[in-house]
Amino acid sequence: MLNWEFSFLIDPLTVLFLFIIITISIPVIIYSLGYLSGKYSRRKIIVGQLLTLAFIVSMLLVVSVRNTLTFLVCWEMMTLMSYFLVMFEAENEKSIKAATIYIVMSHVGAAFIAAGIFLLHRYTGSFDLLVLRSAVLPAGSGDLLFFFFLIGFGIKAGIVPLHLWLPYAHPRAPSHISALMSGVMIKVAIYGLLRFVFFALGIQALWWGGVVVLLACLTCLVGIIYALIDNDLKTVLAYSSIENIGIIMLGLGAAMIFVPLGQPALASLALVAALYHLINHAAFKSLLFLGAGSVYRSAGTKNLEKLGGLINKLPWTSAFFLVGALAIAALPPLNGFISEWLTLRVFFLGALAAPAGLKVIFGLCVATLALTGGLTAACMVRAFGMTFLARTRSAKAEQAKEGPLTMLLGMGLLVILLIGLALGAAPIVDLLAKVAASTAGLPVQTFTLNHYIVSLPGASLSPLLIAATIFGALVLTVAAAYLFFGRPRRVIVPTWDCGYYQLTPRQECSATGFSKPFRIAFSFFLQPSRSTQKIKDSHYHVRSLTYESETAKIFRDFFYLPFIGGLFLTARGMKRFQAGSIQIYLAYILIVVLVLLFFAGRF
Amino acid sequence: MEYGEIIKILLMLAAAPLISGVISRIKNNLRLRRGPGIFQPYFNLAKLFKKEERFSEHSSWLMKVTPYIVLGSVLSAAVFMRAGDLILLTFVLSLGRFFLALAGLDPASPFGGFGSSREMFFAGFLEPIILLAVFASALSGGGAIEASSILAAAALFLATLAETSRVPVDNQETHLELTMVHEAMVLEYSGRSLALIELASYLKQAIFFTLIMLVLWPFLVSRIGWYLLSLLVLAVIVAFTEVSLAKMRLFRVVDFLFFAGILALLAVISAALGV
Repeated sequence: MLNWEFSFLIDPLTVLFLFIIITISIPVIIYSLGYLSGKYSRRKIIVGQLLTLAFIVSMLLVVSVRNTLTFLVCWEMMTLMSYFLVMFEAENEKSIKAATIYIVMSHVGAAFIAAGIFLLHRYTGSFDLLVLRSAVLPAGSGDLLFFFFLIGFGIKAGIVPLHLWLPYAHPRAPSHISALMSGVMIKVAIYGLLRFVFFALGIQALWWGGVVVLLACLTCLVGIIYALIDNDLKTVLAYSSIENIGIIMLGLGAAMIFVPLGQPALASLALVAALYHLINHAAFKSLLFLGAGSVYRSAGTKNLEKLGGLINKLPWTSAFFLVGALAIAALPPLNGFISEWLTLRVFFLGALAAPAGLKVIFGLCVATLALTGGLTAACMVRAFGMTFLARTRSAKAEQAKEGPLTMLLGMGLLVILLIGLALGAAPIVDLLAKVAASTAGLPVQTFTLNHYIVSLPGASLSPLLIAATIFGALVLTVAAAYLFFGRPRRVIVPTWDCGYYQLTPRQECSATGFSKPFRIAFSFFLQPSRSTQKIKDSHYHVRSLTYESETAKIFRDFFYLPFIGGLFLTARGMKRFQAGSIQIYLAYILIVVLVLLFFAGRF
Repeated sequence: MEYGEIIKILLMLAAAPLISGVISRIKNNLRLRRGPGIFQPYFNLAKLFKKEERFSEHSSWLMKVTPYIVLGSVLSAAVFMRAGDLILLTFVLSLGRFFLALAGLDPASPFGGFGSSREMFFAGFLEPIILLAVFASALSGGGAIEASSILAAAALFLATLAETSRVPVDNQETHLELTMVHEAMVLEYSGRSLALIELASYLKQAIFFTLIMLVLWPFLVSRIGWYLLSLLVLAVIVAFTEVSLAKMRLFRVVDFLFFAGILALLAVISAALGV
């Protein structure tokens, strides 16, 4: 019955993910050579690198195996390897806590995936993905399976409200592992969704897409709002990963709406947009995490309040980080813009074809995407500005200097990848259209005019022309200014201090101060509270002032903590059955056997 | 692209400061003041272009390149508007703002930092308004004046007030530390850099006025006479708005922008219903 054979399924979707995993892993490994050196003992470095390799191999296996049971095994291996890597700095209490949250939640997810896989086996009698695809499921069974897979893979991908582990685990791991986890591993979860929902199940109902789009909007907004207010550079990036998963899910959800509506062209386009954003996010998020790693390694802190002024001390890292920040803020001509443009176009085009109610929903999706985009820009201005600009706010960060060459090389490769992903939009869209078609079982569509121009009904996008226009305008501006007015005469002066007294770094806008308007605007969600404590010399002169501001973690407090509390309560109740007396246990066994005998005939 | 297009965009750049000159002239007349002539913005620019630039000792290369990037991005936004891609237009404008906000943080000035924070705060809420208005006009086809196009244009008008840092969101005329938003962000700029940034904001204002017309009734943009007349009408409306309102507190602006967002959403709903 368990015909467990180890074979591979190589189709366009698998090839795409193999490509993503390998292309991101190579720069990350190169970076890790420099990053780990001198920071840890030799033995630990070897263990770490072996674990990293095992982690990468397990991800490669997850996306390429054909048997669903093997998939489950590889999935577990991926979780375990990343769990060990999150615990890499096991001497730190926080690492252990983060890793524990991660492993527990991952296993809840794995349980759902396993349940889905076994249910599928029950209906079809097979663990083979290709058999599952062609098998006909009994009516009404799809909904339950969809939910199992959505929850199972959703936990790994970090969909709100299943995202809780992500901002704990990603920042705690060493930076190159964070890059792999945020850049690649959560994309593997999206692969799971694509493989099991789009490929094996097929989209069976319109409301599936509705659920996904709703969750996606929630994920976008919650992710970016938390990213805006957090003061830890790597946590900011982790929350921003949640937000980007939301954008990817928006594309997937739109595709899930268009398939039952009978719009194969739009469904393909939506999948292309989602996959494009997936690749883009893999590239720029790993770059940003590597940049954050360089900052952490050289400045000894990743607290935004204690950084600052690193642009002159880490010129290369800051330039690379800036490129990543521009890309993630979806600014043209970089690659993040291309996928965001595609996603927006999906909703624009979809609205023309959809009934009136859906039009408004698509409008709301556009608004969510735009709001997310605007907030992401703010978040990245804050992350970059607080880290690299103005004056340094701690003595440790004063000493920062560039790390080994391998670190710069790793980041440089990713920057080249970003630029390639931006300028090569048309061929990439062509390839992704094939992947989308083969995955969702749709006819292949062409969304490009030639090798340079992406062409959709009523709109076209030529990344080369956009880049040329922006650089042309830039060159024109510089040339005109120098031509008409000559070389600028520049004088270096102190920053304007209102003629008061010498400004200190403490008077700059802090990271907490920068996000204050956002905390207030989203106070209905964040519920900020603050406490100030003044120590006064006299009635007029304040000697020291402590200011603490805290925001409520709504999902933790209202969703997880009650759940965990309930678990413990149940466990305490169960304790009564565990009396420790052997006679009682024998009685339990007898009861179970009787019950089994009684029900044996009914299964 | 043809040379004619380039010349049109350069003409737009050359004429853009005039709009601000006219608005400020009307405002002054409404307040029963004489005020400077409508060409004053040009004199200011000419003066600034000739002056030396002063940079803070704490600033980096970023602050020096930003003015060129800002003007470059607004110029390419004008190109993309002529090409008809309004999504691209809003994203390119964000590029300039992103650098400007970074430059506000660069010189380690408390004003600049908070200016950047507030500018990005407004921008975050402005982007959905602009894109929803564009979405509504794409839905309705944008042929004639309909309920949806009027609502979308109204939403865009409110967004324009915020984008061009006008009362009641911001105030271009003030240099009082606590009330500046945009001005605080560019406080450390001087000389040629400041001139480039101001020129960019004049052009951005012209772009937004044109965007309102495009959403309201594309016909207005097709004839040069109608276009100039509409610009004048918009300038008068902006001047009246600015004179008759007081600047809002920072956190009231959220309500203001929320209202604009609701207008834009209504535009989408009425476009979806086909009215």
